[in-house]
Amino acid sequence: MKQRYVYMLAALLTVIGASIFLYKWQVLGFPLGEDHERPVWTIEAAVRFDSGPGTIKAQLHVPTLTPGFRTLNENSVSRGYGFSLNYGSGGREAQWTIRRADGEQTIYYRISVYEDDAVDESDTVPPFPPRPVIEEPLATAADVLVSDVRDRSADTASFTTELLRRLNDPSPDANVELLLSDVTSEAEFVAVATTLLASARIPARTVHGFALAGRQRNAPLLPWLEVHDGDRWLYFNPATGEQTLPDRYFVWWRGNEPLANVEGGSRVRVEFAVQRNQLDAIAIAETQARQQGTSAFDFSLYSLPIQTQAVYSVLLMIPIGALVMVVMRNIVGIDAFGTFMPVLIALAFRETRLLWGVILFTLLVALGLSIRFLLERLRLLLVPRLSAVLIVVVLLMLFISLMSHRLGLETGLSVALFPMVIIAMTIERMSVVWEERGAADAMRAGLGSLLVAVAAYAFMGLPWLEHIVFTFPELLLVVLALVVLAGRYTGYRLTELHRFKELRG
Amino acid sequence: MLDAARKLHQAGVLGLNERNSDFIMRLNPRRLYPRVDDKVLTKELALAAGMAVPDLYGIIRNQGEVRSFTAIVENHESFVIKPAQGSGGDGIFVITGRSERKRDSFRLSSGVVVSEDEILYHLSNIVGGQYSLSGNPDKALIEYCVQFDPVFTEVSYQGVPDIRVVVYRGYPAMAMVRLPTRASDGKANLHQGAVGAGIDMGTGITTTGVLDNEIVDEHPDTGALVAGLEIPQWDFILASSARGFEVTGLGYLGVDMVIDRDRGPLILEMNARPGLSIQIANRAGLADRIARIEAIYDDAATPEKRAGVCRQEFKL
Repeated sequence: MKQRYVYMLAALLTVIGASIFLYKWQVLGFPLGEDHERPVWTIEAAVRFDSGPGTIKAQLHVPTLTPGFRTLNENSVSRGYGFSLNYGSGGREAQWTIRRADGEQTIYYRISVYEDDAVDESDTVPPFPPRPVIEEPLATAADVLVSDVRDRSADTASFTTELLRRLNDPSPDANVELLLSDVTSEAEFVAVATTLLASARIPARTVHGFALAGRQRNAPLLPWLEVHDGDRWLYFNPATGEQTLPDRYFVWWRGNEPLANVEGGSRVRVEFAVQRNQLDAIAIAETQARQQGTSAFDFSLYSLPIQTQAVYSVLLMIPIGALVMVVMRNIVGIDAFGTFMPVLIALAFRETRLLWGVILFTLLVALGLSIRFLLERLRLLLVPRLSAVLIVVVLLMLFISLMSHRLGLETGLSVALFPMVIIAMTIERMSVVWEERGAADAMRAGLGSLLVAVAAYAFMGLPWLEHIVFTFPELLLVVLALVVLAGRYTGYRLTELHRFKELRG
Repeated sequence: MLDAARKLHQAGVLGLNERNSDFIMRLNPRRLYPRVDDKVLTKELALAAGMAVPDLYGIIRNQGEVRSFTAIVENHESFVIKPAQGSGGDGIFVITGRSERKRDSFRLSSGVVVSEDEILYHLSNIVGGQYSLSGNPDKALIEYCVQFDPVFTEVSYQGVPDIRVVVYRGYPAMAMVRLPTRASDGKANLHQGAVGAGIDMGTGITTTGVLDNEIVDEHPDTGALVAGLEIPQWDFILASSARGFEVTGLGYLGVDMVIDRDRGPLILEMNARPGLSIQIANRAGLADRIARIEAIYDDAATPEKRAGVCRQEFKL
């Protein structure tokens, strides 16, 4: 009966701990690894224009759907301007308005994004475009080209590829030459392609964006062709007809409308600057959690002041040490002084490093023991004697620190991190065992304590484990479940297999 | 490793974890612990149940009473000092006599002579709680020093050999005799280096010995065989230990008895967490015996009846 409750409790704890962990990891994107940084691109659009005499209304297309990227934050810097975000036919538009402005104006719009493959083009399926109205003689040229291309293609993708091949032909036929006669820019070229696709009743649009790479002062916009095959959007390189998308292509806006439009201003220029930063994945997860409106971060350790965080990053390792302790004592069966003494010693090892920790601990206990034996001759009562041992331990720590400092061994200074009360108790317990049961027993339990401490340290000192426990403290519920289960472990301890070897029958 | 565990399991060997969780925690309610952890209380309860115990000469309850030691032992040549809440035989002084020339010097069982000052200091330590299980202030008992039965003369080195019986729900499950050695400093505790010898429950005759978890045939100091000793008044010993259940209410109990030359078997102390080495001395598993007791368990049986049943059941 009790056994069942124990299993139920352990299962409940594990389920709660594991599900919070999975939610934070998978949904909110808390990083599993330590020092997990992700590249974050900050793209800044600077809209410059000369202001006219009247009211000014500046519009800029800003990113709406960005396949492969997730927005971290966006903001606008524009002194004195009213700012609003609207949805237009080509996606979102930022709009700045001001009643009066003098001289050259600069408005900044900044967006930070990071790569996230999970973000896909989630646009709706577009309707078949209406036949574009094209004037003669271009209409005939377009008709001839489209029917020609249609004859040589099987589906939307191959139609597009063939069309682009024809448009890019270095020795174009007369129709193509006529259609492209007014084209002066890459964007206009793509616009012609979309018109031709529209006359074949294929939904297509120009996308404008950048291939993000490192730091760019004046990033050129790269127009690309987007074609819907009835199922999803396909991307084509307008210059080659290849169905592909450049690496880290960030879509700024879609359609053939101009990027920016300023009413009441002239000489409009838009410049893009791209900067790449490494941002802590935790910060990204935090922003994301906030966007999703979950309170996961309000209860995260990362919301605490940095100093408190540092304390908890250590404290949270104590349960791990306790788990090691449980395993070493109840499953392996090693004798140790005090229930949690080895865990606290292991905590000190984190600062002193292992080798020095073991040396200092042994030194401290050995010196303390010899002085304790001297005190024995004075026949002090128990509590005064314990206090005397404690004072001696403090003095010894001071002495070791000073000596090692004189010798230039700075690691010796870290002896101060040992829990002195625990050490004093250990010395007392060890000396009593020494007298009562002999040196062998005292040594065995002393070495056992050291062994357990080293084992606890081996786990408590793992940086990745520390990171995981700190980021996902709910996993301590799983540790609790393990400890509860170990509490009902009734099998043999490993050392008992040896102890009872005569009974193996 | 798994194979070793499986073999032990088949032999019915009880491990520490199983003992703690399945027997001690289930059958020994914590509120009953003082009955065995406080030797003064144990003594009172045993006397009330009509069992024989070593005579109590005096109790030292606090630091102020330490000086009354001289008066308490004035008329005794030999006596034992023990902490009321000690464990594992820690803190026990066995004084076998006084120095020839000075009455305030005492000879310990080991032959070492100590001054009264040293004994007073030891009493202070006991009262201060150095040997108590919890570290709390304790009492010191001064009691009759058992003159052990000659049957053990050849197989004990100083100290007093005792008989440990593990009693499960009132049924004696297993027994051994613990023989002090030079290494155990006259103490009858196996983990301090005493020799344990298993006892055939049916006859009260010792079987094999165990020293530091290894099987031995001879006493390491005297060289005498530890097997084949016949424990006197075996029936009485088994019945007394079975009665320990009525006295303490503990379902998993260790009863320690000594056999005095003149007064016969005496209850020395009882233990709520008896150790598991007894299994090695008897080359038998406790879990196995406990299962057999469960099968024949009878709520209404008297201690004598239960002792008799176990003699039959566990006869070799």
